[in-house]
Amino acid sequence: MASPSKAAASEAHVGKKKKKPPARYWQEPREEEKDGNKVGKDEGRTESALQQEQHTKLKPRKRKQEEAGSDGKEFISGKSDPFPGPAPIPEDRVQKFKRKEKTKMPRPKHRKLRDMIVRSDEASEMAQKQAARLDLLLPEDAGFLEGDEDEDTCTISQEDIADAVDITSGAKYFNLKLSQFGPYRLDYSKTGRHLLLGGRRGHVACIDWQSKQLMCEINVMESVNDVKWLHSETMYAVAQKKWLHIYDSNGIELHCIRKFNDVLRMQFLPYHFLLATASATSFLQYLDVSVGKEVAAICTKTGRLDVMCQNPHNAIIHLGHPNGTVTLWSPNQKEALVKMLCHQGGVRSVAVDKTGTYMVTSGMDKKVKVYDIRTFKPLKSYFLPAGASCLSLSHRGLLSAATGDIVQVYKDVWSTPVTKPYMAHRVRGTVWGLHYCPFEDVLGVGHGDGFTSMLVPGAGEPNFDALDANPYRSAKQRQEWEVKALLEKIQPELISLNPNELGQVDHTTFQQRHQDRVQALGFDPLAKDRFTPKYKKKGRSSAGNIERRKKQVAHEDQRDIIRQTVEDKMKMEKERQEKEKKKAELSGQKSALDRFKK
Amino acid sequence: MKVKILARNPDDYVRETKFDIQRVPRNYDPTLHPFEVSREYTRALNATKLERVFAKPFLASLDGHRDGVNCMAKHTKSLSTLLSGSCDGEVKVWDLTKRECVRTLQAHEGFVRGMVVRYCGTSFFTAGDDKTIKQWKMEAPGYGEEEEPLNTILGKTVFTGLDHHQKDGVFATCGQQVDIWDEQRSSPIRSFTWGVDSFSSVRFNPVETELLASCASDRSIVLYDMREAAPLKKVIMTMRSNTLCWNPMEAYYFTCSNEDYNLYTYDMRILDRPVTVHMDHVSAVLDVDYSPTGKEFVSASFDKTIRIFPKAGGHSREVYHTKRMQHVICIKWSADNKYILSGSDEMNIRLWKANAAEKLGVLAPRERQAANYSQKLKEKFQHHPQIRRIAHHRHLPKSIYHQTKELRTMKEARRRKERNVRKHSKPGTVPVVSEREKHVVTVVK
Repeated sequence: MASPSKAAASEAHVGKKKKKPPARYWQEPREEEKDGNKVGKDEGRTESALQQEQHTKLKPRKRKQEEAGSDGKEFISGKSDPFPGPAPIPEDRVQKFKRKEKTKMPRPKHRKLRDMIVRSDEASEMAQKQAARLDLLLPEDAGFLEGDEDEDTCTISQEDIADAVDITSGAKYFNLKLSQFGPYRLDYSKTGRHLLLGGRRGHVACIDWQSKQLMCEINVMESVNDVKWLHSETMYAVAQKKWLHIYDSNGIELHCIRKFNDVLRMQFLPYHFLLATASATSFLQYLDVSVGKEVAAICTKTGRLDVMCQNPHNAIIHLGHPNGTVTLWSPNQKEALVKMLCHQGGVRSVAVDKTGTYMVTSGMDKKVKVYDIRTFKPLKSYFLPAGASCLSLSHRGLLSAATGDIVQVYKDVWSTPVTKPYMAHRVRGTVWGLHYCPFEDVLGVGHGDGFTSMLVPGAGEPNFDALDANPYRSAKQRQEWEVKALLEKIQPELISLNPNELGQVDHTTFQQRHQDRVQALGFDPLAKDRFTPKYKKKGRSSAGNIERRKKQVAHEDQRDIIRQTVEDKMKMEKERQEKEKKKAELSGQKSALDRFKK
Repeated sequence: MKVKILARNPDDYVRETKFDIQRVPRNYDPTLHPFEVSREYTRALNATKLERVFAKPFLASLDGHRDGVNCMAKHTKSLSTLLSGSCDGEVKVWDLTKRECVRTLQAHEGFVRGMVVRYCGTSFFTAGDDKTIKQWKMEAPGYGEEEEPLNTILGKTVFTGLDHHQKDGVFATCGQQVDIWDEQRSSPIRSFTWGVDSFSSVRFNPVETELLASCASDRSIVLYDMREAAPLKKVIMTMRSNTLCWNPMEAYYFTCSNEDYNLYTYDMRILDRPVTVHMDHVSAVLDVDYSPTGKEFVSASFDKTIRIFPKAGGHSREVYHTKRMQHVICIKWSADNKYILSGSDEMNIRLWKANAAEKLGVLAPRERQAANYSQKLKEKFQHHPQIRRIAHHRHLPKSIYHQTKELRTMKEARRRKERNVRKHSKPGTVPVVSEREKHVVTVVK
């Protein structure tokens, strides 16, 4: 290190002591302090700190220059940049955007491959960091509800919350008294702007619920089992007593689909444009709504299907059955992908969270269970005295469970054991449908006496992506989005348990592929032909002779290897002997006469 | 009680007036974008299909020559100017933007064999079958003036090729020997011979400007240093090479077009074996030219097709053909990396896009972004079977299609025979010779 000595020399020459700059928290503390702080400091380390460390390790020369100019960049005025380098990014944000592990480096022989891997790793790291940086700038924060001391949040009533918040948010708590055509099922559109209500006795209404504007209201004069929005708010499907009907937002019947009968529950897969229906005749059917064709009809052979939900992460349909099992289905397979025994007694409701990690089920045994559906292992089990009839999960992972006419909301059901509900609310009739509104802190409850819109702070994702689902989009924007979405409609064949499978390298071993080939061809193309001796005349093809000839070629393929190993062995033996000889020569006492040997 | 509920101000999310563009707030959280891979795959598939839909490479045909086009030259300074020489000794200068001939001159009697524009772009040289080299002004003669060459050099033998030095007033010709000429003198300053042979093409190295390479009719490629009296080294191959072209970016590589239907990329320093063998043509390859980026090159063949090869790829990424195009004799890749020019037997020069599906003209930023994005997606999913099948499909003329199949069968038969011979001979007596080693006979220094 030249610079410290140089500095000392210059000091000696000038004879004037330089003033020390005041200590800053972002500068490295001195050695004594460092040891004390080390443990605490490492945890709060940020990405940029790590970078800087590497920076200093890699480039000592640059460091020297920095030291010369106190630290950081020097301006003309003599001041230095107090925040040198790029702004730090919190580690957890970077983690959020992580898509892959670092690729393992191949052997140095493959230079081109190495270069490619290094470059792609760099690019993905940069993308990750930039996304994390943008994440810091997102405008909205999530809602929350905190009680005072000794106040449970579950005792706070909806009216109190509605009073405490601003008028617009307060207006989101409302009741619709619809006692005539009761109990109601409901669905929110993907953007969360529009609400669809379907009364058991035939009343169907769609509402722009924030402005409380009624879009249409019809009575289909038949019992209604379920209602579902299709890809946009212009169309919705209604499962009626006999057939499945599709209406537009003016209440005009567009289609009556006679292939789909006795539908009890529906799910819409928005990226695949598939409407999955579960019927009383135990059929699970998929309708491609972009072309109007039935994609798959699967007879599940498990009786009446009235418990259904979709995994939004991989578009797998989960069905709950009266025998306590939950089965997972894709349109590509006639059999269930997975069957899980979840409850003693029937399954009453199933819900899957947004990331596709957790599944929550409730059963006749009055239990609510949480499963990890990546490993299919139970995580938590809760006992609810009355049992939960409906379950729903919000974007941010709040679980709402309906027991009779009470709606309870739970927080963090999968990470910590929960004892008390986060919120609770009693509605006027038995709950029939529960649905969280996307991108809002609102839970819609359909019950025997109409509809209740509840305020649940912290339920909704605060920042939406306008290219995916924009609550504020105009008609023109919706049309553009529709075209784009249709262009990138995912084919139903691509539905599988792991949605990222398509982007991964197929690591099926050669053997596996070979086995498949053998199965397809019916014979092994790489197998060696068995030696069949030629038939020779004049009695030379006697049984004994044939056996002898077979023996001549037996193990022919191994002969080379055997020969090689024998040769190697001989060589090694020879070497060993020579070595021993030499050793003996060296170790043996050398007399003066040894020089005359040989 | 402390409570906060999501309440968005619509003013932050909706445009102020209808003359503004719509606000599009983004959130890149991966959980808000499920099915990332499958959606990208779908996009890639769509992009690949659209690429094939928009692949219309043929732009224009420049007609006017009264005999087959034998050689072409790019202008060194102007993108829109092209020079071409035909088999009847006529030279034409073309304006590519207007797609018309701006000047015609009768340069030689017999073929125009070689043509090159001087590095400054003010004059050009032509060499012909009448044993002369002529230097011409780039500007057309004024009204009433006669079309006359600046200089005329009368040689002893026929010249078959011509190339100019990158920055000095020196040029090289080939015929029975390779000559280096000073522009000011009427006799060569240096002549190289190596055995009795005739040369078909000579090219200066664009980076190490004193180096040259030439193709000889005794199946060899010879390297020279202009400053030395004798040639450097040569590699003899199994068949004759017609032309060669240096890679302008990595100028130690050159690619030669061969009579055996292949092109060979050599490293100048290691001539024992080519770096890559480029196969796909079904007849002799007549000309080759690199793109200015040095990543791809284009070849013209006697089988009436043009093919574009990546520099390190063994097979072509693109094939161009039309019903009327006959044997393609000369080919050039334009200096802006966008166009390909081909001159063929039936007197036409054709203008092609280098990237068949590319949209020409100025792109709006969003358009360019979308194009880049889909390009990247295509790259990412290029190995998926469905996408690869669509991307690789090309329609070929029947004759070429069948000949490709025939060649493949022949090759497979040869390989099978070799395998059988090896199987039934004493181990080690029939060594495995790789495709790259097969075509090199020897290297002489």
